Amino acid sequence: MKKIFLLVTILAVLITGSALFNSCSKSIDEQNMDYPMINPIRVDANAGTWKPILLTTANEFACATPIATTSPDYIVQLNEIKSFQNQITTDERKLVEYWGAGAVLRWNEIMRELVALHNLPPYQNPDGSYPFPSANNPLAYPTFPFANPPYAARAYAYLSAAQYDACVGTYFYKQQFNRSAPFNVDATIQTLLPKSTLPSYPSEDAAVLGASVEILKLMFPGDQDYINQRAEEHKRARLIAGANVRSDLDAGEALGKLIAAKFVTRARGDRAGAAAGNATLWAKLKSDCIARGETPWISQEAPERPPMLPAFGVVRAFLFDSLTLVNSIRPPAPPSTSSQKFKDETEEIYQITKNLTREQLRIANFWADGLRTYTPPGHWNYIAAIDFAQQSFSEARWARNYALLNMAIMDAGIACWDAKNFYYNPRPMQMDPRIKTGIGLPNFPSYISGHSTFSGAAATVLGYIVPGRAQAYADMAKEASVSRMYGAIHFRSDCEIGITTGNKVGAFAVARGHIDGAE
Amino acid sequence: MGRVSATNFMLMGNYGLTKKINLLFGLPYVKTKASAGNMAGQKGLQDLSLFVKWVAYEKHIAKGDLKAIATGGYSAPMSNYNADFLPLSIGLHSKNLIVRAMVDYQRNHLFATASYTYIARSNVTIDRNTYYTTEMHYTNEVKMPDASQFNFRAGYRSETIIAEAIFNQWTTLGGFDIPRNGMPFVSNKMNATSIGLNVKYETPVNGLSVIANGSTTLAGRNVGQATGFNAGVFYILDFSKKMKKEKKADGKTEKK
Repeated sequence: MKKIFLLVTILAVLITGSALFNSCSKSIDEQNMDYPMINPIRVDANAGTWKPILLTTANEFACATPIATTSPDYIVQLNEIKSFQNQITTDERKLVEYWGAGAVLRWNEIMRELVALHNLPPYQNPDGSYPFPSANNPLAYPTFPFANPPYAARAYAYLSAAQYDACVGTYFYKQQFNRSAPFNVDATIQTLLPKSTLPSYPSEDAAVLGASVEILKLMFPGDQDYINQRAEEHKRARLIAGANVRSDLDAGEALGKLIAAKFVTRARGDRAGAAAGNATLWAKLKSDCIARGETPWISQEAPERPPMLPAFGVVRAFLFDSLTLVNSIRPPAPPSTSSQKFKDETEEIYQITKNLTREQLRIANFWADGLRTYTPPGHWNYIAAIDFAQQSFSEARWARNYALLNMAIMDAGIACWDAKNFYYNPRPMQMDPRIKTGIGLPNFPSYISGHSTFSGAAATVLGYIVPGRAQAYADMAKEASVSRMYGAIHFRSDCEIGITTGNKVGAFAVARGHIDGAE
Repeated sequence: MGRVSATNFMLMGNYGLTKKINLLFGLPYVKTKASAGNMAGQKGLQDLSLFVKWVAYEKHIAKGDLKAIATGGYSAPMSNYNADFLPLSIGLHSKNLIVRAMVDYQRNHLFATASYTYIARSNVTIDRNTYYTTEMHYTNEVKMPDASQFNFRAGYRSETIIAEAIFNQWTTLGGFDIPRNGMPFVSNKMNATSIGLNVKYETPVNGLSVIANGSTTLAGRNVGQATGFNAGVFYILDFSKKMKKEKKADGKTEKK
């Protein structure tokens, strides 16, 4: 009997021990919960004069004259805030702080999450062919979209560009109507966020929200419930915070949606819908390559999968036209697949896999950004978020900077896919079956490296926005680029020419930055 | 990627502290390989495990011996292997606290053993700074669900031969499912129910024994359907009268 007591005691001690072990170590602090609140050094009150991307003028779309702050309807709206503030729970405070970090930042983060959720290629049909997701039936398998890197690059660009134009329009009307914020009208309204000195009608938060909702619904049509839920949460946070009255939000949201509709129209006509190509195109890319005397790319998947979005190279870019792409951006041909240089580059990758260090594997994993991630464009959006948050930007400047970054990243994707499918170059392991990869093998041609091109463009734009970090961005881009050699999925030429091509694309965004009125 | 196979070389030790308390350790070296596709196999020292095994209760009942055994253990990775490359990773890289309660009954040479094990697992860190489970995470730290194991075995046991049938159920207490056409992740809900046979024979050569076993997965969730056959050789290096070290080598195949 005594022994059984002892046994029970020891078991109890061990179980308690394991419970302690759990409670001590299991809670995780995630980086994105630590962003500071928007509290700009420069309020950018003149952002209504900045050069828009698609709007013809800042006031292309009308915004109704607001009701006076002395009107009975406005008093009703102040009372709505007061009823929200009557009892503020801890969760509500957290919600206010979460959204207080910035509308552009949080909606960018929501898109990153949806990209990661949808970044899965369709599984093959029983006959070995592959199905394609359909935007008209987004919830049926394969669900729409397959948010691969080019798809994601374009989605981030439309989101950021629409947010930026929504800010330009909103800031224009703020100056025109000059209606005070609720906490200035009624001193009993608490402010849970740093007080903005800008007029509060229309709300820039709501304008960014309205624009974001429209672009997200276009890009992720199966996730509308989630998108709407986040939008409601955002508006509630603004009211609880005492930062806006309901009519500030309604006007901002309506304006944001109108402006975003211009971007939706552009997106429907930008040729991305046909980027998957068809059997005729796939066969032509291969036969054209053979006709040039080169070994064409062949899918290494079983069964063979068509190349990912081979016609993405003809999507309409934001920063240059197709003639500029072909004449000034498209890189020269890669080393011929029959040349000694090509053989040397293949051998180099085999030697890397044979002698791979743990540090090289860490770098390959860190930048892999493969399935179920926000993709390389998302990775650069995350890098930008962390650094922008330290710069105390205004909401308009967040939008402008992300728009420059993401237009450059999308256009880098277009330039990269143009080169990939123009040259149709094979991957290292197609040429040397001894080469095995430590990360996922992308299913499209090798030259030039997508990571390198995206990263070259991103580093150029970010170096312009945060000059003190320019060298750090260049180093990160170089690491992202070489990570593809460590992962054994790219040749040195793919990576090096990828970076320089990306740099060229980034320079177009920087040139736009010099003349958009925000410097 | 065809079939995934793993080969283990295991260094094991057993030290009798008292008649009722044994200290055990195990340290496997694991090598994985895929039979097709382009994913690179992995290899390395896996996790060192240390156990205290205590025969807490013993009684002669109905012409047989009944034993209650309590085991407590700890395991921790011994190399910086990459856990974020499933199914080819050599392990999950968590530190584990392991508690096991076991009841064993033997009459003549026939025996039956039932045990329940709880495995408390620490968080793990991966090489990435974000990852997606059922939502986005902005950290390199992954919360690992705990796990439990129920094991029942019965058969014949003598001085030189053990022949037993085994039923095993591994349950991950939490975790999430692999999405369609997605890759497995360290914190997936990995469950498996398997049955198997195990034979161990102690040869007349002093210290040398051979084992052979086979098992198959009856039901699983987020794990490969493993049908494996192992053959191994133990050689006991007797450093003292009480301390024994065993070397084991075996191979296992797993079907994907």
